[in-house]
Formats: sequence, structure tokens, C-alpha cells
Amino acid sequence: MSQLALKSLSKSYGAFKVFDGLNLDAGSGEIVVIFGGSGTGKTILLRLIAGVEEPTAGTIELDGHDVSDIAPEHRNVGMAFQNFALFPHMSAAENIATPLKAQGKSADAVRAGIDRVAKLLKIDHVLGHAPRELSNGQKQRTALARALAAEPRILLLDDPLRNVDAKLRFEMRLELPRLLRQSGATVLYVTQDYKEAMALADRIAVLADGKFVQVATPEDIYLKPATLGVARLFGDPAINTAKTVIEMKNGMASAKVGGRDIPLPASLAAAAGRGITFGVRPEAVNILSPGSDGLTASVVAVTPLNERTVLLLQSPDGWEFLASLPASSTSIPEPETDVVVDFDPSGTHFFDSQSDERLHG
Amino acid sequence: MDHTSTFEKALRGVLITLVLIFFLFPILWIFLMSFQTNETILRIPPSLVFTPIFDNYWALVTGELRTAAGSLQLDFMKNLWNSVLLSVCSVALSLLFGVPAAYAFARFKFRLGEDIAFTLLSFRFAPPLLVLLPLSLYFKSLGLTNTYVGLIWVYQLICLPLILWIVRGYFEDISPDIEYAYRISGNSWWKTFLKISLPLARPGIAAAGLLAFIFAWNNFVFALILASADKQPVTVGALAFVTASGIQYGQIAAAIILSITPTLLLALYAQRYLVEGLSMGAVKG
Repeated sequence: MSQLALKSLSKSYGAFKVFDGLNLDAGSGEIVVIFGGSGTGKTILLRLIAGVEEPTAGTIELDGHDVSDIAPEHRNVGMAFQNFALFPHMSAAENIATPLKAQGKSADAVRAGIDRVAKLLKIDHVLGHAPRELSNGQKQRTALARALAAEPRILLLDDPLRNVDAKLRFEMRLELPRLLRQSGATVLYVTQDYKEAMALADRIAVLADGKFVQVATPEDIYLKPATLGVARLFGDPAINTAKTVIEMKNGMASAKVGGRDIPLPASLAAAAGRGITFGVRPEAVNILSPGSDGLTASVVAVTPLNERTVLLLQSPDGWEFLASLPASSTSIPEPETDVVVDFDPSGTHFFDSQSDERLHG
Repeated sequence: MDHTSTFEKALRGVLITLVLIFFLFPILWIFLMSFQTNETILRIPPSLVFTPIFDNYWALVTGELRTAAGSLQLDFMKNLWNSVLLSVCSVALSLLFGVPAAYAFARFKFRLGEDIAFTLLSFRFAPPLLVLLPLSLYFKSLGLTNTYVGLIWVYQLICLPLILWIVRGYFEDISPDIEYAYRISGNSWWKTFLKISLPLARPGIAAAGLLAFIFAWNNFVFALILASADKQPVTVGALAFVTASGIQYGQIAAAIILSITPTLLLALYAQRYLVEGLSMGAVKG
């Protein structure tokens, strides 16, 4: 049975619709990442589930029960806020103790509960400190500890790594999955960092324009993006795109990209004449040995980025696109030379140019 | 890490002393006057050298004012008590109603909310004399003239808007997320208000309460019109020192010293709550 279910959930403020008809099922212990850009309503969604705001329409079910009429304090939900929202007039230990005390636990049980999560999150040495005396990383861990303390069935994490520095974010990205699994809770994790989403999620729900445009495993989101928008959101550097049209040549579907015909999957033959957006991930651009059969492009710029090197290329008809190669690759060309490239089919995608929806399985 | 030289430290000390003398001199002068007779106060040129006497304070405490023209009864201690009673009760009442109202105005958007808040504020800029004439007529027919209840009620015009608007700002500064976090942790709305919102707004409540107390304490015109001798606060009672045989400067000075003492003590007490607010950085911006 699903632990958390959203059923045609809608929220609007006056005439402004934040989202409309959201559906989602999350199983027990599952980590679902809600991914979307700024202002897509991710935080509002968590607030609706926590019960501090009310949906305009639709229902939220926790543990199979509609919770519309249940006050936030009785929903047995843990939540960590993006801005930490620690209680400034209480020590870290008192902060963490709040949910335990609210459950009416004995002093010993509260003490034990604090110790358990504090050890887990490595903040046992700062429990006596006030929030203002904690570093950002410690604040963030205290906020997480408070959310985890009462062992809630549902854990809502609102971009908890947003306000911590890059190094800690990297560490926590590795640590969090284990921590969240241990808690056994169903986790809804909000982020706008696609790497975080890929690293943590069992499934990712991509929120855009007030809808879940795709709810799928990280692999599927990356390899089979449902829309051009999703394809653009996942991947760094972002996917290369070019507008083109499906043509039939010698009974084969193809499309002109960068002045050269690219063969298309046979399933697209029926849609000949249709305008499409061709997309290819920078990692799927292969540099071929000189003289091979492929698209000739000139190298405009070469940018080393840690373990990858990114090339800005230009085709003869002026289409600029990026290629991303391992920095160790032996085939990295010099700027202002010509290279021959082709596209790895697993990294190429075709979207309808009108609806931006994925065209091929 | 101290880069200030001895000269700079000395200069700072001198400047601070000058500023303090400038601002505190009137109070110091009054303090000195309260230990002198009318003759020493009025001598020319004025001098800091005199034999201190305690007659002025004694006259206030015993309620018997001896002047050249004879002895005069006055009820200064009663006035002082009236001031304390009126100010404390009206500020307490204002806090009781004003703080929850301030919270409501800060957190909830309701119909006419802004209009109601502004109407309450407008009580502060209506000239008191304009309000007083109709008010005294109403009070007569309601039987509220010369009663503590009536005065405390009228003092709400002074205290309530002040508390409402200052405390509202403090409530607005508390991130709603902090309140949400406490509720989600399993606490009721009421408990959240008591344990989170109130303590976090405490510096604002202290500041507003103190200001309201000072304004209430210093009010003159409401009490002058609406109260007679036995309910008058010190501000009105001080008129008694203007006697047929002249102005009793010594007693006035002693009366001023006695009447600023409660406010001063309250300010010293409230100070730690005022400062507390500056040191709490909880939410990362």
C-alpha cells in the first residue's frame, strides 16, 4: 500500500495557479525527489502535505487515510526546511527534542532519542549550542536531526543542502541516501540540483508548469526524457538542440542537422514532414578519426572542466553545439581546427517541435 | 586585535563624557535642586555649593507643604500611586489585547485587516483635545468620569496603537517556517504561539510596553479633564506646587525625581530584553 498519495491535488492563490491536478504515489521507504526550477511550487507542495497550508482541490492520503481534516501536529510528518527554521531561543538539543517532547515521551526517552540522531548526524558535540553558534553545516544537520528525531512515517526535506557550502553538499549527497534508508521513512526530497536528484532518488518527479511532466527512475529521466524541458534540466552541460524536419529519403527517415542528414529510428517514418527538435547530449558527441564519415565541424573553443573537457563546435551551416569528452581522452582537438563527429544513438532524442514531447520510445 | 591608541581611548572618554553631560545635565540640575531650599535655588549667580536638606522629600511624603504663607495639604504620594496604578493597568490591558491582535494583523490576511490596523493607529494622531470634549460628555452619562476604569479605558488610546504597531513588526519578522516547524513537530497552534511566537517577539513586546508605559505615565490632558483630585496622576498633581506664595521649585524637583524613578527602574529592567533581540540570528537569509 502506498504510504503517501496525492490525488488530483491543486493549489492556487487567487487567480494564480501554482499547480493543477498533481498525482503521485510513494511506497513505504521510497525516496521520491521532487525536482523543478525556482518558483514551481515545490515548497508549497511540501507545506500542503505537512498541513500548514490547505490545497484548493484534491486530496492527500497518508497511510491510506485522507488527511484533509487532520491538523499538522497530528500528521506524524517530519520536515526539514530550506532555511533550517531552527528555534533561535533553544539549544540544538532542545530543538531536536521538540518532536519527542510533543509526543509526551519521558525525559530518558527524549534523551535517548536526541543521542541517537545526534550520533547519526555527527552533531553530538554541539548539542548545547544555540543555533546562532552553529556553522551552516551544523545548523543543517540539526534541522535534519529534528525532522528525524520522532521517527516519522513521512519525511519532507525541502532542499536541505541549498544553504550549505559545496564541500559539505558533496559529502551529504553521499551520506544522505544511507541515512534516509536507515530512517525507513517515505521521503519526499525537494531540490533543484539535478545531480542531487540523481544521487538520492528512487524516483524523480519533475515539476514544471504546475504539473508532474515525468515521474520515473533517474535512469529513465536521463535516458528517456519525456519532454524537451526535462532533457534540458538533466545534464551539464545541457543537451544540444536543433530544429529540423523529418524527411523520407530512399524509404528511410532522416533529418538534416548541422547541414548533414542524420538517420532516424524507423518508428518516426510515419511522421514524415513533421517539425521536430533534435537533441543530443554533449557526452554523446563522438570525435572520429580524421577522414571518417561524419559531420565536419570547426572547434571554436576548448574548456577544461575538472574531469571533463567541453568543446564548443560549429557546423558548416552555423549550428553551434557542445561536446563533452573525458579529460583523459586522447582525441581532444586544438581550437580552430576541424573535426569529424557523429552522435551516439543512446544520447540522441527527438521531440515534437510543437508540444516538446518525446517522439520515439 | 585592538588598534586603538591611548590617545584615541582618552579622546573617546572625553567625548562620551561631554555627550552625557549635555543630555543628563537637566536631570542632574533637578536632582541637585531637590536638595535645596527655594532661596538657594534662586540665588544669583547659581552655585553648586550648598548644604543639602531633605525637607522637600519630607514634605512630599508627609503631604504637608510649608510655605511662607502657611501650611498647605497636598497629596503627592496619592498622585504617585494613581500614576502607577493607571499606567500599569493600562499597559497590562493593552498588552493583553494588543499582542494577540498584533499577531493576527501580522500573520493573517483578513477582510478590512489593514483598515482596522490603520484606524487604530489613527488614534495616535488625533489631537487629544478634539476627542476630549465628546468623551467627557459620554463619560458623564456613563458614570465613568473620575473613575480608574474610565481613565484606564481612555489610556488605551495611547497604549494600544503603540503596542499593536510595534509588536506587529516584530511578529512579521519571525519566519513563518519557524512556527510551521514547531507545529509539524506535533504542537498545537496555541502552544506554538506561546512557546515560539511570544518569546521571539519579546524584545518588541518589551520595547512597546516600555514606550506605552512612558506615554501613559507622562499623559496630562486626559487626566486633567476626566479625573478630579483623588484620581489624578503626578503630572496633574504637580500643578499643586504653583501656590499663592510662589512656585515651590525645591518640591517640584523632588517630585520630578520621585516620579521618574519608576520609569527609570522599568527601563533598566526591560533593557536586557531589548538587547536580547539583537543577538538572535536563527534563520539564514
